[in-house]
Amino acid sequence: MAKVFTKTKMLTDVHMHYCPGCTHGIVHRLVAESIEELGLQDKAIGIAPVGCAVFAYDYFNCDMQEAAHGRAPAVATGIKRCLPDRLVFVYQGDGDLASIGMAETVHAAARGEHITIIFINNSIYGMTGGQMAPTTLIGQKATTCQNGRDPAVNGYPIRVCELLATLDAPYYIERVSTQDVKHVLAAKKAIKKALRFQAEGRGYSFVEVLVSCPTNWHMKPVEALRFMAEETSRTFPLGVFRDKSEGREEK
Amino acid sequence: MSKILLHGTEAICEGAIRNGCRAFFGYPITPQNEVPEYMSVYMPKVGGVFVQAESEVAAINMVYGAGGAGVRAMTSSSSPGVSLKQEGISYIACARIPCVVVNIMRAGPGLGGILPAQGDYFQATKGGGHGDYHLIVLAPSSVQEACDFTYRAFDLSDKYRVPAMILADGMIGQLMEPVELPPMRPLSDIPKKDWATDGGYGEDRRVLNSLIIKPEELEPHVNELKKTYDLIAENEKLCEKYMTEDAEIILTAYGTVARICKSAANILRKQGIRAGVIRPITLYPFPSEAFSEAAETAEAFLSVELSLGQMIEDVRLAVNGKKPVYFYGRTGGNVMDEEEVVKAAKNALLKVRAGE
Repeated sequence: MAKVFTKTKMLTDVHMHYCPGCTHGIVHRLVAESIEELGLQDKAIGIAPVGCAVFAYDYFNCDMQEAAHGRAPAVATGIKRCLPDRLVFVYQGDGDLASIGMAETVHAAARGEHITIIFINNSIYGMTGGQMAPTTLIGQKATTCQNGRDPAVNGYPIRVCELLATLDAPYYIERVSTQDVKHVLAAKKAIKKALRFQAEGRGYSFVEVLVSCPTNWHMKPVEALRFMAEETSRTFPLGVFRDKSEGREEK
Repeated sequence: MSKILLHGTEAICEGAIRNGCRAFFGYPITPQNEVPEYMSVYMPKVGGVFVQAESEVAAINMVYGAGGAGVRAMTSSSSPGVSLKQEGISYIACARIPCVVVNIMRAGPGLGGILPAQGDYFQATKGGGHGDYHLIVLAPSSVQEACDFTYRAFDLSDKYRVPAMILADGMIGQLMEPVELPPMRPLSDIPKKDWATDGGYGEDRRVLNSLIIKPEELEPHVNELKKTYDLIAENEKLCEKYMTEDAEIILTAYGTVARICKSAANILRKQGIRAGVIRPITLYPFPSEAFSEAAETAEAFLSVELSLGQMIEDVRLAVNGKKPVYFYGRTGGNVMDEEEVVKAAKNALLKVRAGE
C-alpha cells in the first residue's frame, strides 16, 4: 500500500503530555518538519523553556538543552557563538519569554544573535495552573485575576513582536496563529522561513505563534480556537513585523 | 622561563586562556572589571568568544549553553553579581556542565563596598544556590596562584563534570606581582566530551537537563553527585602548612589573609611563641585532615578571616572539639595587619591557658 503520510523523524516516538485541544503539539510538529525539510537535523540544537513546553527535550529528536526559566535566549547565545554553523532554535512560552525572561529576550534580539525563537503565546500560565500571563487579554480571567484582567490593577498585555520590531538588529519577526488549518499552514511557512534565514546566516529570527489553552481558558477545544480567532488575534494582530529579505523594515 | 609583572585579574584570564578557555561571558562590576576588559581583547585573538552579557544572570546562562556545547567557558563577577548567578550555577551543577566561575569578593552584605572581603565563603563552599550540590572551590593567595589555579580549575571541572570556582578577595584581584605563565595548551590536547550537545540527531542526540521530575530518578542522580563530591574529596584536597609541626597555636586563613598570618607567625616565633599556619587551598573540599592532625599537638587554633566568621565553622568541624578554635576577623573592606593577628593569637593562648 502506498504510504501517504509519515510523521517527521525530527520528533521522537514519545507520547506528548499536552492537554487535549492544546495546539503546542502542532507547533512542535511544524518546527520539526521544517528542520527536516531544510535538511538541518544533524546541525540542530534546541533549547527547551520552563513552562508547558519544558519537556520539549523529550520530543525533538536532536541535541537539546533545558534552560532555566526565561534564560533560553542567553543559553542559545552561548551555544551559537561557540558553534556558529549549527542551527540553534529556542522554544518558549509567554511567561518564560515575556515575563521572567524579558531581559534575555530583548538583548538577544538587540545583539542580533543568529538564533531562531519560537514564541508560544497562549495568554496564560499553563503548567502552573492558569495564572495571569504578561500576554493575558484585558478582561480575560485567570486564577490570579479572577474577575478578569483589569488594566488599573494588572496593567496591559505586552505585544512582543511590536516591541522587538523597534530594535535594529532582528532580521525577521512574524506573528502567526494555530486557529485553523489555513493559519497552521501559514505558521509552518513562517517557521520554516525563520529557520532558513538562520541557516543562511542572515541573523535573528522570531516567530510568535498564538496557541489555545482550552484547559485554563475553561473552554472546549473548538470554542478555544474560535476565541483565538476572534479575541486573541485582536489584541495580537497577525502579520510580518520585520523581514529584511524583502527590504521591508516595518509593517 | 622568565617572569612578567601581571595584575591579578590578568593572571586569571591568562590561566584560563592558556588552558583552553574559549568562551567568556561577563557583566561589569567592581573590583573585577579588568577581567571582561582583558577577555574582550584577548579572547578573539585565540579564536574564542567574548560577550558582554546584559546581566550576571544572562552571563551564567551563556556559560551553561557554551559549556554544554563542549567548550571550556568562564564567567567572572564580584559578590553581588555572584549572588545573581546562583540560579544558573545550581542548574549547571545539576546538569553537570563543566565551567569556571570567578568571584573577586568585595565587602557585603547587599551592595556593601568595593574593598576586599571574604564574606562569600558560605555561599561558595556550601552550594550557594538551591538544592544539594557543591562547587570545587580554589582560593589563590598570590597572583601566580590566581593564574595557576584558574588553569587547574578547568581540568578539575572537566574531569568531574562539576563547576569550579576561583574564590579570591579583592586584594588578590587588584594586586600586581611577577608571574611565570604556563605554556599555551593546544586545544587538541583537551579531552573530548562525549556528553556535549554540539549537534546530534536521532540515536546520536544528547540532552542536558536539570529537570528530573520522577523522584525515583532524581534521587539516584543526586546520589551520583554525592559520590562525585566524595571522590573529589578523596583526590583533590589541598592545603599549605607553614611551621605547623611544633606549633602551639595554629593560625588558619585563606587568600590574602594567609599571607598576613604567615608574617604574624614569623613575628610570634621571634617573640618565643611557636605559631604555625594552615592555609586551605581547596575550600571545597575542605582539607580537614590537616586540622585533625594538628589538633593532636597544637594547643589552640585561630581562624583569621575578612568576615564575621565563616571558614571557622569548617575548622571547628575538622578539629572536632579536641582543641579550642578562636576567631579574629575584620569586615567592611578593612584588612587586618600582622600586629592585629599577633595580638589575637596571644589572646587566644591566654584564654586557652586560663581554661576559657
